[in-house]
Amino acid sequence: MPPVPIDIDIAKVARLARVGLTAEEMERYGAQLGVILEHAARIQALPTEDVPPTAHPLPMVNAFRPDEVSDTLDREEVLSQAPEREGPYFRVPPFLEES
Amino acid sequence: MSDPADLTIAAAGRALRAGDVTARDLLEAVRRRASMTESQLHNYLTLDAAGAEETAETADAAFAAGEDRGPLQGIPIAVKDNMVTRGLETTCSSRILAGYEPPYDATAVARLRRCGAVLVGKTNLDEFAMGSSTENSAYGPTRNPWNPDRVPGGSSGGSAGAVAVGSALGALGSDTGGSIRQPASLCGIVGMKPTYGLVSRFGLIAFASSLDQIGPIARTVDDAVTLFEAIAGHDPADATSYRGEVPEIRPTLDAGIDGLRVGVIEELSGEGIDPEVAEACAAMVDRLEGAGATVEHLSLPSCEHALSAYYLIAPAECSANLARFDGVRYGPRLAGDTVEQMMAATRRDGFGPEVTRRILLGTYALSAGYYEAFYGQAQRVRTMVIRDFEAAYERVDVLVSPTSPSTAFPIGDRTADPLSMYLSDLCTIPSNLLGQPGISVPIGLDADGLPIGLQVLAPALGEAVLFRAAKAVESLAGFDHRPALASSEGAA
Repeated sequence: MPPVPIDIDIAKVARLARVGLTAEEMERYGAQLGVILEHAARIQALPTEDVPPTAHPLPMVNAFRPDEVSDTLDREEVLSQAPEREGPYFRVPPFLEES
Repeated sequence: MSDPADLTIAAAGRALRAGDVTARDLLEAVRRRASMTESQLHNYLTLDAAGAEETAETADAAFAAGEDRGPLQGIPIAVKDNMVTRGLETTCSSRILAGYEPPYDATAVARLRRCGAVLVGKTNLDEFAMGSSTENSAYGPTRNPWNPDRVPGGSSGGSAGAVAVGSALGALGSDTGGSIRQPASLCGIVGMKPTYGLVSRFGLIAFASSLDQIGPIARTVDDAVTLFEAIAGHDPADATSYRGEVPEIRPTLDAGIDGLRVGVIEELSGEGIDPEVAEACAAMVDRLEGAGATVEHLSLPSCEHALSAYYLIAPAECSANLARFDGVRYGPRLAGDTVEQMMAATRRDGFGPEVTRRILLGTYALSAGYYEAFYGQAQRVRTMVIRDFEAAYERVDVLVSPTSPSTAFPIGDRTADPLSMYLSDLCTIPSNLLGQPGISVPIGLDADGLPIGLQVLAPALGEAVLFRAAKAVESLAGFDHRPALASSEGAA
């Protein structure tokens, strides 16, 4: 069985996933992920050189539909669910620094 | 007449048309059952009191006017809370969607409404359908109606429990790795996962898009067919929806097991299966053979690797799908100075431990440098599983196995060990990787009085032979047990 990379950089993974974790949580999740990945990584030893990957269970390509105008969701009904809005927009904290 | 909450959908339909009962009576009966059992079992997150009354009255008016929209008109049905319902709170059992009132109905829900079904309420689940026990709900666990110290299975535990105890006559669940079939098995009822693409996923809040499928939960195979017929069919709003004809079930439903070739999956018959469960399934296979089936024991070696592949593919797809819960468009928001801080705080607070674990696992498996070793390899193993099953279906018409390796386990038993919880899905996961249909049928009780389910599997679009074999199993089993809580005396 090949070596498994269970030395996960959990801080990096948490940042990529946009989940703020405490140091204690990172340690706990890191250890749990290591165990799960160790089990999952058993499949790395399987001979799959000649096996194509399956992304989707049924062989379907290009789902076309007629280009017709149809009803869309009501803007007010959609915006009513937002935690913060400004007029017809979703409002969020700044994501660009001023230059 | 007995309590209308104990009627099957078929019997309730006959009683409605004979004028023995009204849709309003049926609704009141299931609500009475809910009021007797909810404090103990917690199957529902939301009851739609006003909406259900209005639909029941509409159904009664339709019957009075001689209008009939088919077998679900006036029937009280429960819906798992990961399917959106317009204006009715939909949370996925997560804090991150607390208070969310969707602006539209899921296609499966809209189809039920069009058939005149009465939507009783939204049922509890493991948060975002991630779990096998309905313990991972931000709003508290659901308990098994046969023994409230046990789990009902999951993730559709609320839907399965409601149908078992009679607080709905049927329900919709969703199945990504066994989430319909396993709770149906643990609650002593019928649960079915259709072929991928037969039921629209539009409005099903996505967990793992290449595996998710909505399906029926009912007390009999016949009722499951009725629900399946109502929700199956092409939907332009779901690009993965199947465009061909929905298989016709009824013409061969009662044809029996005689002449069918039944394969027993060796890898799911011995090791890892509770001996009592294995024995009950083997005894049922003997009875199928006695009734005219040809039985063959088949080895499907890739079954062993299906679980590993699943626990890479499902978290990978989940980490992508759940990126949309970021505190911008719906749900609560926690403050942050930048958009990234706001999102990280909102998501940390909004997701429970199992969902967080799977998001982290999936993010890792998809991250640069590891993609091919984990996700890429898992997709190749998926192909190996598909080839194994294709070879099996050249020899047999249906495959059988236990639905769950064990009967209902105690609350809290597996929560500390994610891997042991994942093993609950050992027998059900292959059909999700394959996109093929599967059904669980109750066949007996173990020594503790807990239900045992047999799983029947068929090739893609093989629903006709699947339901036919399941109905044969049901009649041979003659399972007519109900949980003690499903009676006014038991719940008192």
